[in-house]
Parts: sequence; C-alpha cells; structure tokens
Amino acid sequence: MIDILINFTYVISTLLFIIGLKKLSSPATARKGNIISSLGMGLAIIVTLLDQNIISYEWIIFGIVVGTIIGVLGARLVSMTSMPEMVALLNGFGGLSSLLVGWGVFHATHSINLLIGTTIVLSIVIGGVTFSGSFIAWLKLKELISGKPFLFPGQKIINSLILIGLLITAYLFNTQPECAFTLLLVMIGLSILLGILSVLSIGGGDMPVVISLLNSYSGLAACAAGFVIQNTLLIVAGSLVGASGIILTQIMCKSMNRSLTNVLFSGFGSGKTQSKQVEGTVNPITVEDAYYILESAQSAVVVPGYGLAVAQAQHVVKEFGQLLEANGCDVKYAIHPVAGRMPGHMNVLLAEADVPYDQLVEMDDINPIIESVDVCIVIGANDVVNPDARDNKESTIYGMPIINVDKARTAFVLKRSMSPGFAGIQNPLFFKENTRMLFGDAKQSVQGLISEFKG
Amino acid sequence: MDTQLIIFLTFILILSIALGFELISKVPSTLHTPLMSGSNAISGITLLGAMSLAGLTEHHKLSLILGVLAVIFATTNVVGGYLVTDRMLEMFKKKEKKEIL
Repeated sequence: MIDILINFTYVISTLLFIIGLKKLSSPATARKGNIISSLGMGLAIIVTLLDQNIISYEWIIFGIVVGTIIGVLGARLVSMTSMPEMVALLNGFGGLSSLLVGWGVFHATHSINLLIGTTIVLSIVIGGVTFSGSFIAWLKLKELISGKPFLFPGQKIINSLILIGLLITAYLFNTQPECAFTLLLVMIGLSILLGILSVLSIGGGDMPVVISLLNSYSGLAACAAGFVIQNTLLIVAGSLVGASGIILTQIMCKSMNRSLTNVLFSGFGSGKTQSKQVEGTVNPITVEDAYYILESAQSAVVVPGYGLAVAQAQHVVKEFGQLLEANGCDVKYAIHPVAGRMPGHMNVLLAEADVPYDQLVEMDDINPIIESVDVCIVIGANDVVNPDARDNKESTIYGMPIINVDKARTAFVLKRSMSPGFAGIQNPLFFKENTRMLFGDAKQSVQGLISEFKG
Repeated sequence: MDTQLIIFLTFILILSIALGFELISKVPSTLHTPLMSGSNAISGITLLGAMSLAGLTEHHKLSLILGVLAVIFATTNVVGGYLVTDRMLEMFKKKEKKEIL
C-alpha cells in the first residue's frame, strides 16, 4: 500500500519537474518554474521517508540537516561573480553522491548479479568523472590552478588506456566476486583520474562548454544511480537534466563554431599554436580623452567579457551606462554567447547590477548595425571580439562568430596590459586605427570615466 | 534484478531523454545560467537513493557512512541549487517589475 503511495507521488514529482523545466526556459515564468520543480523535489523526499525499508531515521535527518545548512549558507553567501564556481561545485556534489550511492549499494547487497553489477559500475564511473571533473573546473575557475590547458605528450593515449582499464576492471568486477571490493576501489580511482585529466586539458576560455557538459553528466550520474536502486524518478529526473545539459553544450559549441570533440580534446589555447605576429601600433588613450569622445557620442555599445567579472565592475559599468544615457547617448550591451566562464554569465552579472533588460542585445542583433555605432567599449573581452576569427584563416579561432567591434566607428578596449587572452593569441583589434586602448583595471578606468562625467 | 525490469527502466530512460530535448530546445541566453543551476538542483535527486541507503537496518558500517555522506552531498546539491537559482531569477524578476512601473 505504502509502495503504491510512494510511486504515485513519484509520478506527481515527475510531472512537477517537467512543468518546472518547461517554465524555466521562458523568462516570464522562470522563477515559478524553479519553485514548482523544488516542490516536486520536496514531495519526493518526504514520501521517500515512508519507505518501509528505511528503519533508522536519525542518520538521514542528520545528513539532511548538515546538507541543508551547507546549501543555504553556500547559496546565500556566494557572490554573483563567482556563480560559475558555485555551479561547478554543486555539480561535483551531485556526481559524488551518485558515486557514494553506487558504492554503498555494493556493500548493502548480498548477491550481485551481472545487471546490478553493471549499474553499480556505471553509477560509480559517471559519478566519479563528474565529481573530479567538476572539482578541477572549480579549481580553474577559482584560479587556484592555471586556467591554461595542461597538456603532456601521450595524453590521448593515457586517457584511452584509462578507459580500457575501466572496461577491464568492470568486466572483472562482474566475473570475479572474491576480489570485487578491490576492483571497485580501482574503478573509483580510475574514474576520478579520468575526470581530472580530461578537464585539466581544457582551457579556461572553453569553460562554458565544460560546465554545461558536466551539468549533463551530473544528470546522467543520477540516472545511473536510479538504475542501481531501480528508482524510476531518479531515471526520469536524471535524463531530463542530462538532456538539458547536452542542449546547452550544443548551444555553446555552436557559438564557438567548434565541435564538442574539438573542445574536449584539442587542448585549445595551449599557446602552442601562435598566430602570426600582428603588425601595427597600439594607440593608448587616457581617461580624459576617452571622456571627450564619449561625451559627443550618439550611440555606445558595451561588450563585456570575463574581465568584467574578475574586476567586479558590473555596478560601475551600469552607473556609467546611465550617465551616458543621461548625456543623450543610446547605450546597449552586446553579449556574446560564450563571453565569461559559463553559459549566460554576463546576463547574470548585468542583471545583478540592474541593467535594463531591453538594453541587452545578442551578437546577431548588434552585428548588422555595428557600423553605425559611434563607440564600442570592450570591457574584459578578448577572443570574442578578435577579428582574426573572421578574417584570418590561419588563426586557431578562425570561424568563431564574433562581435564585429572593429567595424564600429571607434572601439575602446579596457585592458590591464597587452597580454593575449585565454586562447593565447594576439588580437589584431588592438592594433587597428580606430581602436584606442584604455590600460588599467577595468573597474578603475570606468570609475575614472564616471568622475569625468560627473566632474 | 531481472531483464524485464531493466528493459522497462531503459524505456523510461529513452523516453525521458527525448522529452528533455523537446522540453528545453529553445532557451534565451539570459536564462542559460538559471536553467543550468536549476536543472543541476534536480540532479540532486540522487538524494532519494542516498536516503534509502542511509536508512537500512542491517547495514554494513561502511555502507551507512557512505549513505550519510551521500545524503549530505546530495542535499547540499538540492538546497544550494534551488536557492541559488531562485536568487538569480529574483534579480531578473525585480527588474521586470521596474519596467512595468
């Protein structure tokens, strides 16, 4: 009887997840969608407590309380600029818990047959890769380790060997029950190693792809755990997440005009593929001179990138935009789909600063009219405005759609120094006749402009 | 676990993946991050598995420890994921209201 109740409630939860996700993909209903999906989750958790196989509650309650405290604190304290790290970390936790469930079921089950053995293997491997991959992504985003791709000779061979090793261990795990535990530990080790190596070799600029792919993995890990405990809700919810992650990954790859395999395996941006030296002179500009040009500008387009997040400049940029508007200038923010370190990163930052929604424009909408723009202000973006991607067939980023900042009447580039971006390639934009470089910390430069306007 | 059950579960898997693709095919870029963190919270559904593991009676000590750890991580994933998504969407919302006013 209780089983029926539980399973019917799971059906309701499934429905709530589906409605929630549907609403989450439209701006007007997104918040409601998130709440609906959380109701589905809450319902599923409560009804699972009724499961007759569950005898002791104290440890469950303990775990839930601890997890809730960590979750609430994490979600409240995290700043909007470090949202990519937060998402990476939460992904990793999801993967880790799938790994632990697979492992725990192994000890709790007396007779392990081929089917259950295989599902345990899947849960552990997908969970392990998700966990360690997300953890490395987190370290890279926190800049605790270098964002450059880490490459060594024979990397692909080693990764393939690990995969083969995993297959062999999985086979032995199912056929040699007497040493199953050792094999399980080996599998955990190998899958964690695989996650580490595969994310280490991906550059920081490709993080939007990695984050959405890991998001997809975390869903698949839940799915695999669902097979282990034969729970349909885990399978449904996990595959919904898996599918949405893949869709985001595709969108990100398409915005870079690269295939997923290229992102994952090319070690893009390792700096080994230097493009030819750019010739020309750099024209620096002072804050004061920049102000004179902006003061007479009729239209301005701000192009934000990861540097905006690093400098935490979103609030000053918004104030600056308002001052420009008050001065009779038409202000827009052009957002490249892969600007920043996760899908939609710039949108989140500008929303935090209360930049009006109608001022945000997508790349495809700004490019046709960019020639009529008086001033383009590039803040902390580099590769997404690199004209080489459009013009230079030799360039490693050739083919990536960019915001054609170089075609605007004037382009200001706010940048710390002349060092190349994450892709490790020079940007000819900096050497164009109509480009002016405003060197220094983006936040301070914008603050400087603000005081000029006010002054 | 018998083959019938596996086939049934695989059916569910395939259908829900197909549904997932249909459900979220068109997402405006503003919502990419919230969609990601919101769906990430859903992937914390592993919590159900973790709970049944941590609540077993004749538990092996190790599987109890693993279960409790899994509950902690999955709960963090669920709670953190939903709250952080809500926080982000609240920012979007707030702004829309201002526009109406």
